[in-house]
Amino acid sequence: MVDIPEHLLQRSAEARAKALGISIEQALAEMKGESDPTVVSKDPEVKIIDETPAPAAETPSPAAETPAPAAEVTPVKEEHAAETTEKVAEVAIEKKPAAKAPDPKTDAPDEVDFAPEVKVTQRLLTVVKAKPIQKAASEPVDKVNTWPHLMLPEFVSLMAMTAFLILLSAILQAPLLEEANPNVTPNPAKAPWYFLGLQELLSYWDPQIAGVMIPLVLGLVVWMAFPYIDRNPETHPSKRKFAIMFYTFFLAGAGVLTIIGVLFRGPGWNWTYPWIDGIWFDDLLDWIHFE
Amino acid sequence: MQKLSLRDRIKEVRVTAGDSFRGGKLMSSIFRPGSPFKKGYVDSPRNRSYVVMNNVLYHLHPVKVKRHGVRLSYTLCLGGLSFFLFIVLTITGIWLMFYFRPTELAYVDIQALQTDIAFGSLVRNMHRWGAHLMVLVVFLHMSRVFYHGAYKAPREFNWVIGVILLLLTLLLSFTGYLLPWDQLAIWAVTVGGNMAGYTPVIGAQAKFGLFAGLEATTATLLRFYVLHVLFLPFIIVIFMAVHFWRVRKDGGISGPL
Ligand code: HEM
Repeated sequence: MVDIPEHLLQRSAEARAKALGISIEQALAEMKGESDPTVVSKDPEVKIIDETPAPAAETPSPAAETPAPAAEVTPVKEEHAAETTEKVAEVAIEKKPAAKAPDPKTDAPDEVDFAPEVKVTQRLLTVVKAKPIQKAASEPVDKVNTWPHLMLPEFVSLMAMTAFLILLSAILQAPLLEEANPNVTPNPAKAPWYFLGLQELLSYWDPQIAGVMIPLVLGLVVWMAFPYIDRNPETHPSKRKFAIMFYTFFLAGAGVLTIIGVLFRGPGWNWTYPWIDGIWFDDLLDWIHFE
Repeated sequence: MQKLSLRDRIKEVRVTAGDSFRGGKLMSSIFRPGSPFKKGYVDSPRNRSYVVMNNVLYHLHPVKVKRHGVRLSYTLCLGGLSFFLFIVLTITGIWLMFYFRPTELAYVDIQALQTDIAFGSLVRNMHRWGAHLMVLVVFLHMSRVFYHGAYKAPREFNWVIGVILLLLTLLLSFTGYLLPWDQLAIWAVTVGGNMAGYTPVIGAQAKFGLFAGLEATTATLLRFYVLHVLFLPFIIVIFMAVHFWRVRKDGGISGPL
């Protein structure tokens, strides 16, 4: 059984003691089941009053004979039983004299063991609507089984990538120039392609002045913090035109600079045309020659 | 007993042998319940869940995913392909390590690899083009994520991890670039290292730390080798684990748009 907090027990014991005219200790003992419940002797006055609220709330039978309260009570068609009871209780108090008067012949129950006087010993504190305590937090989503709906396409793209890589490796030979020699500087000396855009950019300014790493690291930190800077919650492209434009410009710029660095830069980092002067980019030159 | 033709008898033996092998002790010790490789696999929703749940892939994939997320046109499988290329690079890279010494002999080793060793050239090419491809695919994956706004709440932090992954991918590629020890390698790395040298205030120190000296030497080669085969892969695997974990914890693939 659930433990009833001591102060609540005490309060209801006080109410019961008052109602039955017994001591508080006695009432407490009864409620704890340590002594037999007090049985209240029959009292005609009590019976009548006690009945008035009861029938309206539960069984309709004797209430019909007491016209005034019944008329008052019936229109109350609340959803919540608790509220109804309260209204009935109010009615009962108000109509006490009326209820008393017209009722000599009610076949009342033989025994009343509780609340002989109409004193409301409980109050309505609040009405709690019938709702589940826990609500499912997530909306249902349209989902499919990972196997096979995700894993098969993954497998296929993985195989396609493998095939592509093997094919590429079979026809395009990775470069291997002469052995490293610190005394012979090739002209031009190019970084790997993913840094060529940067190298191209740096050729415009004296790197000593541009201060390479600081802007680079700063740029990287800003790029990392980007989700915290872009506070627009929309994801649809039409609602984030600025961000889309921003990135597209960045992509285009990086692409153009990289292509210039790879194809259009020759000895001395001078502008060359690949179709006239050839390509100075050793990574791409060594196709496997079939003999 | 009904007389069977030879062909039917062979077929029967083959089927029963195959079944008793697939249902046997060995196979059932290898494959967990619900595996499509087990005898009597039937295609049911329950078994489909088992395939993922009773499998090492459970650590990568949930049992169910959003319907729009499996459309190839949404992710283009770019993140998955980045990861797959990393695995290909690990396998071919380990293979290359058998034939490579990060000393003055590095260049000779690569030459020997290309000419004397079976599939040496192919595996070297796969490793090199695979590395370039990985940089490209990771970059495309980042662009895909950006255009979908997939970095927005609650996925902000996975973007941060992603940028770190991009950085690590570039560093892996860059440190690998030096290893063949030819003119291309040493001068590309010299160009890159000199850029680090232009850092204000600590430029000289940064360059010295990178080169293990004042210029690219075999000491640089050893340094880049250790970073390339041990340190950076170790770090990137940790960040990938967090990245994949966050993809799931942030509610799976973003969208639909
Ligand atoms: C080694 C590199 C990387 C690997 C292996 C990787 C792997 C993955 C995988 C497998 C996914 C699942 C969805 C998909 O395939 O698109 C994913 C999602 C994601 N990745 Fe990456 N990634 C890498 C780099 C990056 C980078 C550079 C960024 C951004 C700067 C990034 C940001 C994200 C974000 C935000 C998601 C969630 C996307 C969504 O929910 O739609 N990742 N990543």
